[in-house]
Amino acid sequence: MTSAIKLPGKKKKRLYAQDIKDRLISIFIGIFAILWIFPILWTLWSSLRPYKEIRAGGVFSPPQELGLFNYQDAISRMELPTYFYNTAVITIPAVFLTLLFGSLIAFVVTRYSFKFNVAMLLLFTAGNLLPAQLVFIPVFKMYLAIGDLVGDRRFLYDNHWGVVLIHVAFQMGFATFVLSSYMKTIPKEISESAMVDGANVFTHYFRVMLPLLRPPLASLAVLMTTWIYNDFFWALVLMSTDSKRPITSALGRLQGEFVTDYNLLAAGAMIAVIPTLIVFFVMRRQFVSGLTLGSTKG
Amino acid sequence: MTTETTAPSNPRRRRFFSKTDKITLGFFVGIPTFLHIALVWFPAIATIYLSFTYWTGIKLESIQWAGLANYENIFFNTPIFWDALRVNTIWLLWFFLIATPIGVLLAYQIDREIRGHKFYQSAYYLPVVLSLAVTGIIWNFLLRPDGFVNGLLGLPISEAISFFGDDRYNIWVIMIMASWRHIGYIMLLYLAGLKAIDAALREAATIDGATEWQTFRKVVFPAMRPVNIIVLVITIIESLRAFDMVYIIYGGRGGLPILGVLIFENIAGEGASMKGAAYAVILFLLSIIPIITYLQQQFKEDVK
Repeated sequence: MTSAIKLPGKKKKRLYAQDIKDRLISIFIGIFAILWIFPILWTLWSSLRPYKEIRAGGVFSPPQELGLFNYQDAISRMELPTYFYNTAVITIPAVFLTLLFGSLIAFVVTRYSFKFNVAMLLLFTAGNLLPAQLVFIPVFKMYLAIGDLVGDRRFLYDNHWGVVLIHVAFQMGFATFVLSSYMKTIPKEISESAMVDGANVFTHYFRVMLPLLRPPLASLAVLMTTWIYNDFFWALVLMSTDSKRPITSALGRLQGEFVTDYNLLAAGAMIAVIPTLIVFFVMRRQFVSGLTLGSTKG
Repeated sequence: MTTETTAPSNPRRRRFFSKTDKITLGFFVGIPTFLHIALVWFPAIATIYLSFTYWTGIKLESIQWAGLANYENIFFNTPIFWDALRVNTIWLLWFFLIATPIGVLLAYQIDREIRGHKFYQSAYYLPVVLSLAVTGIIWNFLLRPDGFVNGLLGLPISEAISFFGDDRYNIWVIMIMASWRHIGYIMLLYLAGLKAIDAALREAATIDGATEWQTFRKVVFPAMRPVNIIVLVITIIESLRAFDMVYIIYGGRGGLPILGVLIFENIAGEGASMKGAAYAVILFLLSIIPIITYLQQQFKEDVK
């Protein structure tokens, strides 16, 4: 931009120096960037080779066999489809309910004036920041007690619904916070005219507000899916049957079990990464805006 | 801001509520609030109470008052607690002094649209979407005895460096792994903040003859105050609560002592006791200042 303007010689020299400096910075950051993705590329490379080759010839041995055999093995021997199914039955309802509940609270808090609006928002936002470890013991005991009450110990504990509920309870706080700051930017007149037209609360929420919330809901959905998909703690502590665990938690056990065939594990890890890579390549805009929605308010 | 102008119309509006509307609103607020309080706030407060008791099993009658015994046990009879605290402090300092500034620096340079900035941004952002469990596995490929780094050093398996087992290396290796993700995260947050800054502000500073460093320190950094606070809070909270990666590297057994894993060992599984509750409360107390700072930042306008 500035280079188009005629500048005195001294300034020109400085711009030239800046240009060289920028180029050096670019090269430096570039080398750093390649180092950055190297661990992933290396895992990918390892996953395409049989482990016995590495045992025999070391990590730098030239590959004799290359292919997707580790992937086929991983899918059948690690029961990855089961773990993916477990992840889906946790993540999909959890994200849906988080967005529903978060948007309901945000809707009421921003569209209807009650005395405790700010207090409500504070309650939800602060709740989201509490450490998971602080709430675990009573949740665990409550799940067991409720299980005893209904006559089935696995009613909530060791059941995917138990994990869904805790995710919803926690993440709802973040969703409420983000959605309410977005809703504050929607003109009140829209709500007022809806109400003057005789829309009841239900119509007001579903027909008027919800369509307007599409952009932040999309961002939040992507972000929440990544978070819940990547969660490790809750599935680990609230489930005892390994075959019910989602893929991220299952990887921990698989690592111990397949320690003798590390390249198989590489293939397993790469498969487990596929959904997050889809987020990375296809929905990165939503992911980034979701991540920054909560942080750059005001 | 807008609350002032709409405030007078509120009493008028409230008259429109029919009975069904009141019931609907009750459900809209009631169900989520109930779930949130029952599974977050109630357990949090219960844990604080339980940290002063002995309790095994799930019958409420078996709770016994312990006073400060659990805390005394941690502070005076559990040397590993102090080891863990030391590691978490190093973690925090590393994040604060090295990882976070690198993230900010990258964001600043990428925001200036240097050559190749689109590719760089993607490269640094990639680890952010990976789970920490996968991160642990991926790095193990580089660092295991027959992995890349030992191969590069030309060490046979019998003499290979055990990066995770050797106390001289493990903490630093784990710091690097944690930074791998943290730096990208900070970069993304900062980049979003920088995009919101008026470009004219920076150009004006450059035309006035300010060097790049001066522009950053005197113009950009102060203008980024809200983002700076968020970044600081995230840095503190993430380094206090680190758990997943260390857990997966050591399979939940020993290894590098950090608070997250220590708490886990004491609240879940066979080692569970109310000492774990006391640990959780300590973690909560350590993170209370960043939590309050965050809330203050976010609710500045609302509370006015």
